[in-house]
Amino acid sequence: MAKKNRNVGVIGIGQTEYSSHKEHQNQAEMVNEAVRYALEDANITLDDIDCVVHGNMELFEMVHQPDMWHALGSGAYGKDQLRITTGGTTGASLVCAADNLVASGMYDVVMAIGLEKLQEGHTTGGITNMADPLWFRHLQTGALTATTATMMMEEFGEDRAKRAAMKYRILMDKHACLNPRAHRRFGLEYDQLEDLMNTSPKLVGELRLIHMCSQSDGACVMIFASEEKAKAMCKNPVWIRDHITVHREETFNNFGLEMPEMTHHYAGRKLFERNGITDPVEYFDVFEMYDPSAWWGLDWLREFLQLKDDEHLKLLEDGEFDLDGKLPVNPSGGVTASNPIGATAMLRPAEAAMQIRGDAGPQQIKKEVKHALASGFGGTLWSVLIMLEKDLDWQEV
Amino acid sequence: MEISYENTKDCKVMTGKMALPNQYFAGRVGSKFIIALRDEHKILGVRCEKCNKVFVPPREYCEKCLSKLDESWVELSNEGVITNYTVVNYNDKHLPRRAPYILALVKVDGADTPFPHIVEGIDVEDVKVGMKVKAVFAEETTNTIRDLDHFEPL
Repeated sequence: MAKKNRNVGVIGIGQTEYSSHKEHQNQAEMVNEAVRYALEDANITLDDIDCVVHGNMELFEMVHQPDMWHALGSGAYGKDQLRITTGGTTGASLVCAADNLVASGMYDVVMAIGLEKLQEGHTTGGITNMADPLWFRHLQTGALTATTATMMMEEFGEDRAKRAAMKYRILMDKHACLNPRAHRRFGLEYDQLEDLMNTSPKLVGELRLIHMCSQSDGACVMIFASEEKAKAMCKNPVWIRDHITVHREETFNNFGLEMPEMTHHYAGRKLFERNGITDPVEYFDVFEMYDPSAWWGLDWLREFLQLKDDEHLKLLEDGEFDLDGKLPVNPSGGVTASNPIGATAMLRPAEAAMQIRGDAGPQQIKKEVKHALASGFGGTLWSVLIMLEKDLDWQEV
Repeated sequence: MEISYENTKDCKVMTGKMALPNQYFAGRVGSKFIIALRDEHKILGVRCEKCNKVFVPPREYCEKCLSKLDESWVELSNEGVITNYTVVNYNDKHLPRRAPYILALVKVDGADTPFPHIVEGIDVEDVKVGMKVKAVFAEETTNTIRDLDHFEPL
């Protein structure tokens, strides 16, 4: 990888609780809550912040220039500010941008804010407008697709694939039940697996309601500082080692072309290669993954982690993605539990960083977490992949 | 076949209309402001002791020092002064009045921040910065900032 100009550490994290609606707060007030928590967590004040990076989904709340509205709560008054809106990946893009802004030397301390009040808008109305108006806009089903379910059932057999997807979903709910900020905490049990496989309402194909992510309100804030500042200001900064963004325009297999390499696989391949990581399952201690549905989450584990054939299913079936497994996946409960979209992809590195700090709360992994992986998802199967480290001791490749 | 913008018969131009229904939660603080306007014809602000400023519209936390403000309510005057203005000279569906009309920033007495509203009862040529105005309340409530219908010269 290209050597960073200077190292960047996460010195503060703040999150609201996530819920289906927040009538008691307007958007700026919700942002403000997360900003206050993050400043408190970093033990600094607004005076220490040099620049604010703000992001949410375009169109979702029908607010034009929300970064300006939210200045009443974001603390951006009189500061440099940048707005980023890259769809589902927004939260991860905010982290990448903040990291780059600090690493470049442009700013010493940058605060990134991701948020969404999905209750106030119409998600599918916004999402369906990303499709090409000539070929797909009138046909596509927004974020609800069954392609992956169909492909997995073809590859692994209907019963095994359905069981695996539902086991993944129940595992995510078990993790969510530990997380006091998670939106949906159902209390699902593994003995309900067959019931849920058969009775949860079908959305598209074998994608059922229980497989799908929620629509949530909430905000997440992360504060980033240069190595020098981070060490001076914070006892346990978490270091951003590297990140990769793989965005491309729609290349689903719609025109009968061969399936292209998924952005997930490409992101993992490139990122691990340039950091000298040959066995990601072995190397990482936690993976916070943007999993919009149980089917996608399960399938993408194979892609991100460069696994072959049914290795991902075996790892799941053997409990290796559990909190005490080889590579715990989404101790936070992931996106099927909480999905305030503009914040969702930031929750992944935020929760991963908290795992490294050891203060994630009831969902804390018991053994030491030194190396964390976090992903963002958006648009037409885009991926962002971020590596976080406890110690500044990695070798440049 | 002719491919042109006008040739809609052969469907070479996709006409779209985005339907994006939305709502906006005013929150506790915003709701209290509207309720006072609606039920008591009062304009409320919040005071930040640290910054020594009274904000209208009110906000939960000071955007500069992050002090909590939602318990430091201040009842303000229904009279104030025009700190700036413009004249709207075009008509469109979303506008609250037929053109021409005055859109002004009004700082009510006791507040440190002005807020925008309509000024009526005066010729658009005669409006001036520094002009004293008073609030005129709507006869029927809409549960919005337009429960304050407009300002007019004192």
